[in-house]
Amino acid sequence: METVPKLGNNVPPKKDKLQGKKKKPWERRSPGPQRSLSGAQDPFAGPAPVPVAVVQKFCRIDKSKKLPRSETKIRSRLEAAEAQEEEISVKAARSELLLAEEPGFLEGENGEDTAKICQADIVEAVDIASAAKHFDLNLRQFGPYRLNYSRTGRHLAFGGRRGHVAALDWVTKKLMCEINVMEAVRDIRFLHSEALLAVAQNRWLHIYDNQGIELHCIRRCDRITRLEFLPFHFLLATASETGFLTYLDVSVGKIVAALNARAGRLNIMTQNPYNAVIHLGHSNGTVSLWSPAMKEPLAKILCHRGAVRAVAVDSTGTHMATSGLDHQLKIFDLRGTFQPLSARTLPQGAGHLAFSQRGLLAAGTGDVVNIWAGQGKASPPSLEQPYLTHRLSGHVHGLQFCPFEDVLGVGHSGGITSMLAPGAAEPNFDGLESNPYRSRKQRQEWEVKALLEKVPAELICLDPRALAEVDVISLEQEKKERLERLGYDPGTKPPFQPKPKQKGRSSTASLVKRKRKVMDEEHRDKVRQSLEQQPQKQEKAKPMGARPSALDRFVR
Amino acid sequence: MRGTVMEKESIKSFWKQSVHLMERIGSGEKLVLSDLLEPVKTSSSLAAVKKQLNRVKSKKTVELPLHKEEIERIHREVAFNKTSQVLSKWDPVVQKNRQAEQLVFPLSKQQSIFAPIEHVVSGWKARTPLEQEIFNLLHKNKQPVTDPLLTPMEKASLKAMSLEEVKMRRAELQRARALQSYYEARARREKKIKSKKYHKLLKKGKAKQALKEFEKLRKVNPAAALEELEKLEKARMMERMSLKHQNSGKWAKSKAVMAKYDLEARQAMQEQLARNKELMQKIQVASESAEEEGGAEEEGEPFVPDVVNEVQMKVDRPNPWMFRNHSGDTKEAEVQGDPEELAEPAAQEAPESEEEGPAVAEEILLKEFEERRSLRQKSGLNQIAKPVGSQEAKDLSSQEVLSELRALSQKLNRESHQSRKQELSSTRTVLVVQREEAAREEEEPLLLQRPERARTLDELEELGKEGCFQNKELPRVAVEGQQLERNPSNHLGVPKEKKRKEQMIDLQNLLTTKSPSMKSLAVPTTVEELEDEERDQRQMIKEAFAGDDVIRDFLKEKREAVEASKPKDVDLTLPGWGEWGGVGLKPSAKKRRRFLIKAPEGPPRKDKNLPNVILNEKRNIHAVAHQVRMLPYPFTHHQQFERTIQTPIGSTWNTQRSFQKLTMPKVVTKPGHIIKPIKAEDVGYRSSSRSDLSVIQRNPKRLSIRHKKQLKKNSVD
Repeated sequence: METVPKLGNNVPPKKDKLQGKKKKPWERRSPGPQRSLSGAQDPFAGPAPVPVAVVQKFCRIDKSKKLPRSETKIRSRLEAAEAQEEEISVKAARSELLLAEEPGFLEGENGEDTAKICQADIVEAVDIASAAKHFDLNLRQFGPYRLNYSRTGRHLAFGGRRGHVAALDWVTKKLMCEINVMEAVRDIRFLHSEALLAVAQNRWLHIYDNQGIELHCIRRCDRITRLEFLPFHFLLATASETGFLTYLDVSVGKIVAALNARAGRLNIMTQNPYNAVIHLGHSNGTVSLWSPAMKEPLAKILCHRGAVRAVAVDSTGTHMATSGLDHQLKIFDLRGTFQPLSARTLPQGAGHLAFSQRGLLAAGTGDVVNIWAGQGKASPPSLEQPYLTHRLSGHVHGLQFCPFEDVLGVGHSGGITSMLAPGAAEPNFDGLESNPYRSRKQRQEWEVKALLEKVPAELICLDPRALAEVDVISLEQEKKERLERLGYDPGTKPPFQPKPKQKGRSSTASLVKRKRKVMDEEHRDKVRQSLEQQPQKQEKAKPMGARPSALDRFVR
Repeated sequence: MRGTVMEKESIKSFWKQSVHLMERIGSGEKLVLSDLLEPVKTSSSLAAVKKQLNRVKSKKTVELPLHKEEIERIHREVAFNKTSQVLSKWDPVVQKNRQAEQLVFPLSKQQSIFAPIEHVVSGWKARTPLEQEIFNLLHKNKQPVTDPLLTPMEKASLKAMSLEEVKMRRAELQRARALQSYYEARARREKKIKSKKYHKLLKKGKAKQALKEFEKLRKVNPAAALEELEKLEKARMMERMSLKHQNSGKWAKSKAVMAKYDLEARQAMQEQLARNKELMQKIQVASESAEEEGGAEEEGEPFVPDVVNEVQMKVDRPNPWMFRNHSGDTKEAEVQGDPEELAEPAAQEAPESEEEGPAVAEEILLKEFEERRSLRQKSGLNQIAKPVGSQEAKDLSSQEVLSELRALSQKLNRESHQSRKQELSSTRTVLVVQREEAAREEEEPLLLQRPERARTLDELEELGKEGCFQNKELPRVAVEGQQLERNPSNHLGVPKEKKRKEQMIDLQNLLTTKSPSMKSLAVPTTVEELEDEERDQRQMIKEAFAGDDVIRDFLKEKREAVEASKPKDVDLTLPGWGEWGGVGLKPSAKKRRRFLIKAPEGPPRKDKNLPNVILNEKRNIHAVAHQVRMLPYPFTHHQQFERTIQTPIGSTWNTQRSFQKLTMPKVVTKPGHIIKPIKAEDVGYRSSSRSDLSVIQRNPKRLSIRHKKQLKKNSVD
């Protein structure tokens, strides 16, 4: 073997520390080295400096918006908030130190195409533990498989078209349950933990536990084609053949919303992990975005000339990949514009798409899986060159990247394949949130906490940050009502009322005169202010327009 | 004089004198008051009376006591001022407590801050005899007490120099000081000289000297000379920018007033103008290689040594504008701006290498260039034949050419750079120059014929960019055209509005993209077998989708959504009111117009500029219930408040420490403790405020000086 792909945790180049103009307090070291009693000097006096870029990552106050002029009292509040934010983000940046693991990667030797590196090479190069993560389950009997990893990435559930349902701890290969439901299985999904399993069967939705015991049969959700679980809302979203998108709250067992998509059979569904919006693909080339709080889609995006075949959204919620019957694979920007960033034609079109935690995009076309990689975590995958390709023994039917493991699970007609995709997953996990190594007790503890922190379903909207904004319409309405109620606006200055004066000086004429004086003064102030503002406006306006060139005079 | 009792004697003497007066009265003389007072003056016995009189005169009348109310008011005022003054010392405390992140009750006294050990040690004194002894020893030996690394002796010895060194240094310093004092003295002396003639001569002499030096420098060290020249150039630039010598200053204006009558003032003004001219003048040095500037000669441009130009080409100035300006200056009126400018740097840089490779490449490039030019000319001819839309096409083609030009020049530059790297010694070969010139001559007539051309490099670049852009867009447009042709239904549906058409075009663009290379993309097995049939398949797909026009449906849907979201007009017309009504009769248009209340135009839709998106404009009322709808107290605008709640406080987003800090309660009370009201001692004030207050309340008559004054003023009124 000539090429030995490098795989592992090489130390990436250190982040360069940005030198801002203004030194932040956490950057500043104490001016002179402190003299200690012994006379020895601390070579690293003061707190350790934190790189600006890392701190920026945690800053959330949007300073781009310009605030109206504020009084000192408000300003002090704002300053306090900003100082607090900075302090917090510095603390968070310092704690980045604890994220010891680094993402893996695959590098071809001097410009070698990484797509040429096959799984066998990778398996050969990596350590035994990682090599064990590549395996094939040969299950030809029960036909194309759908699969799902649990949120911790430890467990795998898969269901074959012909009724074969199994769940296992795929790392240790310990089987939890294996049953045949004697009915077509359309989709399978873990609920909030690996103990519960939702299976979309031919007629109804069934829920099993990890022993394979049927717990519920939900008849209100019938003819389900796709399942999606929103972990923070405890909602199981189901898309049915009848064209309904149903949200089932699994914590209370109630159907939160049943929305009619009015677009025929629904069989393409994915969730946006950033804002828990459900994306549905339709046969008229559109992708619609849904929230249980709204009867109509939040947005409809025309993506393809033909029907949409697959949709996937990356973990940051910035990019959406779609593939259609027109054999196109497109990546859309989801941050407000919904415009395609890049597109390419695939020989047969991708039937299945999946994003990994770090932004790798996998596409299943026929019996081939292609993986594209971007520059970093939040960058869209560049579709020019595939990062990895792999040929399977059957046609792809389900795709999912395993969380926290560099593994891509592929369900196909020949069974299940777990292939290695270096750099796919987030290397560090949050032990309190999704701990792959948690015990039963810890899982129960987490379950309670998660239930306490359950997000109400109606909070799902396109921009979750908008919830932290004041409801301006209600505010205005309330203001108006108060004005109506009181007869005056308590916020504004009352109109000037001249005081009565003695000795005949309080005649109507003089009162009017005095009033007029005050009015004029106010008016003058206003004019003065506007005059002051005008030149600023003009200055602003100037650069906007096309600058007249000195050469214009020669234009005939 | 009331209430005084005169003594008998004094009265007697008074009468004695008054007898004399009586006589005078009897004689018919006139009496004056002074005569009457005279006896009083003289008599010494009346001194007491006089004194009394004087005292009375000096004393004023006793004022009326003030109104009771007024007194009370003043007292109140004073008391208020005093009290507020006393209470004002609490202001910072109150302020601090209000702004405090957390208050812990009962309030504990401020704890002293931990002092660093150095401070403690410095204030520490040896008390026990043993300590004293030790410190005595230490001090005696000048051992460091707080900083025990080096003794002062050691430090001094480290700093010390050898004797010779010290001597030398001292001598040096002495010399420098002496020189400085001499120089200062001389300068002072010279400054004192008031003769104008002397100064004029001095200046002239200096100028001459400078010129001489410059000449010398030019021979010896051309680079330095060039620098000098550049300085001159810079001075010229500065002069051009400033109004210093334009007779516009304060002084100049004053002189201008005088100038009509004062010869001197006139001269001064002229002098200033002359100076301006002098500074503004371009540097003119006779060129050594006149034939270099073929194009420039005919315009009568002043000669500039090509060295100057070359350097300015080479040197990467910080400000590119300066560079451009300069090059523009030198060839301002050149007939053809762009190709000359593009070719010139290349011509100057390329010949520096005598290698065969790049030269050949250059030739090829030039040939290519010419071919394209001829091609363009042909197309131009074609354009003349076409009357409609020729203008646009012309623009397009010219831009194309321009972009090509740019690419060419870039190539040339790159090559020349490489060659320069390879060879350091730069000599010009006649051959290359000749060839270069020949090429230029060939180009010139062609270029002259061009109707439109870009004048500056900058403009050229911009145009080039545009050209590139257009080139890119061209195929798209073509594709569009094809599609439109293929889909006649599109044609029928669209031409209603131009705007919509544009949208449509956009959409088409969005949905049609070129496919990148398929290199190294594993192709699924089925496709591999059918690779040659792929085209057919694609055709089939196209045919399959020909019927359902996705785009039109989508546009229709969007139009409906927009219509639905628009605020509706209110029609208040009553049919039959004021006119005939009935079946088949419609109210008149005038009436309808009159009673139609137009709904105000809502804010623009968010998807106005997004042709492929329909955004739902409806409010999510469920989510709104969770939003803040009242601004808390100090905030006056919602944006201000929003900014304070943008940072998440949950433990999911924060470290444990910051989470605890963010969620700590504002007020903490210790269970089982009595919370007493705040006292002055608690916050570090010594005297209790209550005593101050009580003093005022008990003794309100104790007034300050200011208030006494005020009282007085009141009484005067």
